[in-house]
Amino acid sequence: MQARALTPEEYFVESEPYYESTGDEIAIFDAAYKNKLPVLLKGPTGCGKTRFMEYMAWRLKRPLITVSCHDDLTASDLVGRFLVKGGETVWVDGPLARSVRAGAICYLDEIVEARKDTMVVIHPLADDRRVLPMEKLGTLLEANNDFCLAISYNPGYQSVLKDLKQSTRQRFVALEFDYPAVELERKIVARESGVDATMAERLVKFAHMTRNLKGSGLEEGASTRLLVHAGKLIASGVDPVAACRSAIAQAITDDSEMLAAVQELSSSLF
Amino acid sequence: MADASPLTSERIRLSLEQWLEVEFTFLQVEDLSHTIAALSREEQNFLLGWVQRIATTNIQIAHQFARHAISSLALLDQRMIGAWALHAMDIYDRAGLRPAMKVIKELDTFIQYSHERSAGVLFEDVNGILLTFVHGLSGRRLKLEQNESVFTDSETLFLPAVVARMQKAEDNFALCKAMTALLWAQTRFGTFRADLIEALTAYPDSEKALKHFHTLETLRLESCISRELPGLFREMNRLRAELGEIKPLQNWQRYAHELARPDATVHDSLRLLADAYPGEVPPPACYQGELRPEAIAQCMAARIAREKILLRAKLAEMTQDLKQQQPDETEDRPSRFKVKQPNEEHAELNQLELILDDVPVAPPEDVRQLLTSIQLDLGSIPPDYLTPAGPGEYDTSLFEPKISDPDEVWQGTYHEEGATFYPEWDFGRQHYRKNWCVMREKDVTQVHDGFSLLTLQKHSGLVKHLRRTFEAMRDENRLLKREAGGDEVDIDALVEALADAYDGSEMSDRLFMRTHRSERNIAVIFMVDMSGSTKGWINDAEREALVLLCEALETLGDRYAIYGFSGTTRKRCELYRIKRIDEPYNDEVKARISGIRPQDYTRMGFAIRHLTRLLNEVQARTKLLITLSDGKPDDYNDGYRGEYGIEDTRKALQEAQRSGIHPFCITIDSEAQNYLPHMYGAVNYTVVDEVKKLPLKVTDIYRRLTHR
Repeated sequence: MQARALTPEEYFVESEPYYESTGDEIAIFDAAYKNKLPVLLKGPTGCGKTRFMEYMAWRLKRPLITVSCHDDLTASDLVGRFLVKGGETVWVDGPLARSVRAGAICYLDEIVEARKDTMVVIHPLADDRRVLPMEKLGTLLEANNDFCLAISYNPGYQSVLKDLKQSTRQRFVALEFDYPAVELERKIVARESGVDATMAERLVKFAHMTRNLKGSGLEEGASTRLLVHAGKLIASGVDPVAACRSAIAQAITDDSEMLAAVQELSSSLF
Repeated sequence: MADASPLTSERIRLSLEQWLEVEFTFLQVEDLSHTIAALSREEQNFLLGWVQRIATTNIQIAHQFARHAISSLALLDQRMIGAWALHAMDIYDRAGLRPAMKVIKELDTFIQYSHERSAGVLFEDVNGILLTFVHGLSGRRLKLEQNESVFTDSETLFLPAVVARMQKAEDNFALCKAMTALLWAQTRFGTFRADLIEALTAYPDSEKALKHFHTLETLRLESCISRELPGLFREMNRLRAELGEIKPLQNWQRYAHELARPDATVHDSLRLLADAYPGEVPPPACYQGELRPEAIAQCMAARIAREKILLRAKLAEMTQDLKQQQPDETEDRPSRFKVKQPNEEHAELNQLELILDDVPVAPPEDVRQLLTSIQLDLGSIPPDYLTPAGPGEYDTSLFEPKISDPDEVWQGTYHEEGATFYPEWDFGRQHYRKNWCVMREKDVTQVHDGFSLLTLQKHSGLVKHLRRTFEAMRDENRLLKREAGGDEVDIDALVEALADAYDGSEMSDRLFMRTHRSERNIAVIFMVDMSGSTKGWINDAEREALVLLCEALETLGDRYAIYGFSGTTRKRCELYRIKRIDEPYNDEVKARISGIRPQDYTRMGFAIRHLTRLLNEVQARTKLLITLSDGKPDDYNDGYRGEYGIEDTRKALQEAQRSGIHPFCITIDSEAQNYLPHMYGAVNYTVVDEVKKLPLKVTDIYRRLTHR
């Protein structure tokens, strides 16, 4: 298959993504979207936030523009900048401006990682003004009616430096995500990775063991995503203990003693 | 070139006399020298080297070692003899002269023991991994401790110091893990949910009954483990097969079959005990350990009482909190808690749902753990546990884990409760002394006398200057011009480039401006000498220096901590908290700086080791450990002076450096040139020759150290 090149606003989620609802999050997102309210997704990594966004984009039939924020992401990276082409300066929209124009869903992943000045840009978009100030052009861009802003945030990393300011968080409708309940998680792992029910059950049990260790040496336990990774390896014939080592243990810690202990847990289980 | 011909007995005698202080100890070295003289030069060097090393620890041991080692030179390779000597010194450190002499004399037992050490696993090595392993398994937060035998009191799992039944080290580790898992299974699968003492005393020979019961229970738990942890179960079977342990006797197979049912409980084991009691008991499995009903009963009784009170008090706290969040709720109605167990055959333990007035609530972590623990003891949560405690009904402080005040620990006899242990480098022995320093953190007594304000007034001119200099060093966004990419077009560069283009020359592509954030990201700990020798103006200068330093660091925004160190002997090593790394610079910190008083001696190794550990927990690109000192390391009465102290400090600094910390020393000792280059390296220290200048200098040195 040849890789397709799409502009961001052409990226529609075409087939229904697999998503298991854990509560009323779909209804709340729907209502928020209708009322033009921005949405904040909270929750640990790998519990399905991004998948949920894909699902909602498919459901609402809007293009999804995802920006993974990093610590060097500036306001101009979101809004846009001038480039020089053949002796002329040309304005190029950033992903946020593109979404605002096209009425896409703009999803800013891990927003706290971005530089502080980016927050200022999203504030007027996130309240009832729904405008994007484009300082360098000297214009205000009014949001398309279909535009939606969603951000995600992981409150687990309790660092003073990486906290969401009240002035930001109080503009959003917040949805809390957590790892799914045992039964559901088994179903998800089995369905996503193709392992059988017993293996899925073991994997989920293993995840719970690592989640028990949160706070005593582990920052986070194994996420559902990691379980799916391990499951996929197992389904392709990798030995379960080896799969857990590569897909889970090595992913959650570098500490050699913790690795050894997690390794002992998985070798006991499989 | 060293002379390769053997030393004469005369020279050996002289050396031995010197090392063993024959003048005072009157040890006989005549014969010994003759025997050693007969050895080859290489053997002589080896033996005498060890005698000299041991003599720095204890002369008697060195003497005995010399006598025994000669005969063992033929039996053992030199590496083993070295290990034997170190082991003897370890025992001396831990238990004193007599047990250490025993080790020296019982060389044979050591040979056997050293087999255990080389192939076996030591508790101290596997403790960390196994503890994490147990915490990962569901259930109560268990502890691990070293003991003579393998058993549990239902809160702590006791494991032996060495496990060496198997040939290979990894098998021994597997055995250790199996023991741990079986003990865990006892707490997890309800071995203690029956009154064992009563049930067992009903038999004429309760010892025998206990043995039978333990074996039955082990059968039941094995099948629990086979369901829960199949991988481990396979491992356990493999260990038994390797040790050649026989399969259960005829009727025991029937018991095993019956106890393998998923719904079998401890009561089934007790029921089968009646049938099994008259017969023979099969030999225990290698990982079986012991069952001690008395220890368990004692521990459980205390816990059950404690947890009931704690849970009810915590639930009361929770209702209070919830009510505050929703003040419009009806106030007077007492809250009713319920728990819901997900109706699933093998639900995870901590899946209990807590329901308050028909609304599910998320219990905080401590309540969740209490619920789990109670459920493990009783099988379910009795309804009366779920009534929140009335106001003033219980004083929970009695049951909360107490953090003992380091000063209180010293009231009465010496013990090591609540302390952290650090090793120390013994240069004579060329080896660490394990768990040698007993370290405690203490708070400096706050003195609110306006000291910091006075200091700021006294140095007001300097303070202004410092603020300016340090402000200039702060994180800021610099605008980089003529970049290949960036947020904005650099008009100057563009004009130039266009001119170049019309001119026919090559056009630059560096046409953009970019803001670059320069981040300092420095964490620093100041380690302040609080030894007795700082009394008087040195102490004043130190405190003034700290006030100015804090002022400057606050301007700069670097993360910093201040700790004082002092102590008397290895048993009382103290670190005084003045400012923790995450603590804001507030009045309390100021009062603590003011409260810094000269204490005892200057033992430095433990302080460096502890602060290194603290600093390593901080995320920062650059980590600094800066010592303010007035002299050499020195301690009272246990040899921590001169070369010993310097070498230990040096070793501790090397450890710090290896872990990525930059140590630096600021001293006022004018003789520092003699030892500081050896400890810190030629460039990592500064001597401030005038105490008066210390306040100015410390800050200035910090500026130089961290300036880009």
